[in-house]
Amino acid sequence: MTTATAAAEHTVAAPRVSVARGYRFELVKLVSQWRIRLLVLACWIAPALFVAGVSGQSTLPSDTLFGRWMHATGWAGPLVMLGFAGSWALPLLTSLVAGDVFAAEDRLGTWRHLLVAVRSPARIFAAKALASVTVILALVAGLAVSSTVGGLLAVGNQPLVGLDGHLLSPGDAAGRVLLAWLCALAPTLALAAIGLLGSVALGRSSMGLLLPVLVALAMQVAQMLPLPVAVRLALPGYAFIAWNGLFTGPAQLTPLLTAVAVSLAWAVLATVLAHLLFVRRDFTNPAYDGSGRRAFTFGVLPLAALTAVTVGAVAVATPSTGSGIEQAKVQKSLATVFAHLYRLQTRQLHRPAVTEAQLRTSAACTKSDGQAAQEGAGNDWRCVVSWHLPGVAVTGSAIYQLDITSDGRFVADGDGPKEVNGYFLVRTSTGDAPNPLWQFDGNVELLDTQ
Amino acid sequence: METLHAVRAGGITKCFGEVVALDAVDLDVTQGQIHGLVGPNGAGKTTLLGLLLGLAVADSGRLEILGRQVGRAFAAPDGVAGFVDGPGLYPSLTARQNLAALAALRGGDARTSGIDDVLDQVGLTDVADDRARGFSLGMRQRLGLAAALLTRPRLLVLDEPSNGLDPAGKRHVHRVLGRLAADGTAVVLSSHRMDDLEALCSEVTILATGRVVFSGPLGKLAAESRELDYRLRTSDAQAARVLAADTAGVRIVDDSGVRQDTEVLVVRALTPALDELVAGLVRSGIAVRELAPVVSPLEAAFLALTDQEAGR
Repeated sequence: MTTATAAAEHTVAAPRVSVARGYRFELVKLVSQWRIRLLVLACWIAPALFVAGVSGQSTLPSDTLFGRWMHATGWAGPLVMLGFAGSWALPLLTSLVAGDVFAAEDRLGTWRHLLVAVRSPARIFAAKALASVTVILALVAGLAVSSTVGGLLAVGNQPLVGLDGHLLSPGDAAGRVLLAWLCALAPTLALAAIGLLGSVALGRSSMGLLLPVLVALAMQVAQMLPLPVAVRLALPGYAFIAWNGLFTGPAQLTPLLTAVAVSLAWAVLATVLAHLLFVRRDFTNPAYDGSGRRAFTFGVLPLAALTAVTVGAVAVATPSTGSGIEQAKVQKSLATVFAHLYRLQTRQLHRPAVTEAQLRTSAACTKSDGQAAQEGAGNDWRCVVSWHLPGVAVTGSAIYQLDITSDGRFVADGDGPKEVNGYFLVRTSTGDAPNPLWQFDGNVELLDTQ
Repeated sequence: METLHAVRAGGITKCFGEVVALDAVDLDVTQGQIHGLVGPNGAGKTTLLGLLLGLAVADSGRLEILGRQVGRAFAAPDGVAGFVDGPGLYPSLTARQNLAALAALRGGDARTSGIDDVLDQVGLTDVADDRARGFSLGMRQRLGLAAALLTRPRLLVLDEPSNGLDPAGKRHVHRVLGRLAADGTAVVLSSHRMDDLEALCSEVTILATGRVVFSGPLGKLAAESRELDYRLRTSDAQAARVLAADTAGVRIVDDSGVRQDTEVLVVRALTPALDELVAGLVRSGIAVRELAPVVSPLEAAFLALTDQEAGR
């Protein structure tokens, strides 16, 4: 009797499953989960209901950017939703999708099955990453579209008051709202990549699932601290704030583009690190719960290095090393917003039209009554705004208390005279609304770009 | 006559850090053979099955699967299917969806890839549209087998396929494996169920602490075995006891403290001596109503070879 190997001439290496097929497989698995279905449903329905409901209320969420304009235009709704999404919804969504996409296989004990079927860890990684990003994009699109539809149906396609007080036509507002949501995709992708990294590095540990939320929370806390501008911009979550700059004239593009670039760099690096960790994983161990040392070496250290590099790059590229909130910039920003809103108030009160140039608005601001350094965040900024009216010899003046947060956003609260910036209702095309000069939002561009 | 080998492994060694999971393991499995893999926990069975499935690569040694040299991880040849550490199923999908997703992954059309056929083979047609979440362990095992069958394997690797199976499920699985082997598919299965292995396997390999302590046909194992204990029930227990005591090579095992049935005698003997005893009983007009090993030859060999008997 002789022996021979079985049909060697007919035996070929098993073909690896293409990324496209793996992607469809992963999508089927994701979409079959009730959790994902509910998330998709919630993201496509809840924002519309929320925006429509809040827009119809007498009390608006004025502590949220653009919240005070929700009664005036449907375009404020998706921006309020974007602010909320950047803080809570998107970190949570990325956690639930990307943070679980690898860990789920650990939980179900299906890694070996998947490897036997696909035969390529690299392709499994690509398929899982693409599928989770697809689902996340569908969720983000749902938030954006739903909140826009809700706002437009409930309030209408009206002009939007920008962060510097100037009116954006509905078409212009639509374009900027779309751009703002697109910019928010960059930090969302960064969080998704961190989710992938956590899911790969920490296996079944719940820390892997929570990582995007924890990172987002840490970034938010960091943005509240009086950090130098270079550090602030080097954090991947800053793009969730920097989109505000799209609603000023001219748009504050430098911080926005920097923040988007930083977010994308984080997304790419975290994805590459997750890939490296994944393809080096020991799949023969069914009780794998991540490798602490390897996760630290391949996960934490490179991202810390990226932060250091981006901080250095931003510091070198821009002269802004302090808080970026300086007296001159505060004064200029406040005067600009006031001038634009004064024109709006003039129209609403049916007074003779006046231009910003004619108003020649200026502001004089002091912090802590001049007792402290005249820069930085705080609610102790007090400003006197002055303006001129054509044919009137007397210079008008009004007082504002400013609460400026570390990210440059401020809320100006009118402190008299009452007939200029006190609380009273004005009649608008969408109904009675508070005097636009009573309380308004603005922002100080942190970078010295102008 | 030429024997076709589905698996030829020589001197396979695999270590995980300081732990030697496989130590110079040899394994030959011919096509159309059901080959059992036996060993205590931690003996290296799952590691060996993982190598056959291409989940890992050996540190040293030669491994040839379906005629193809396996040199690196995830490079198992086409035609190899199976599972280790339980079947990988997605609980949010139905049985049919699990199989359809796998078929689509391999580029097959769910309508033409034989999903209904394999579900029928493993007896899951009635629950084909139920989510796998609610499946018992036995049903999951059968669905895992169906997933492997979907690829029309020439080498099927199964880890504890009988876990959790009820008698009907076991019959389904045995029937499927028998049919596959008859069609020329080689099956390598590990199990702790000796009755399953004896019913299915023509050859077994016994592993202990990563080493092969026996490999070959079951018959050879029985021949190499030491004395076995047999239950003997006759028409006259007293006379049978006397005869057994007088038969050379036969010892009566005193297990009266354990066994309640006084009509049953337990004797320890090699096969020739046992044959002599049976012949004596017949000559004496004593009817033999039951004669069966207390512990199966495979289990006895397993216990002896893996030194577990002494530990009990």
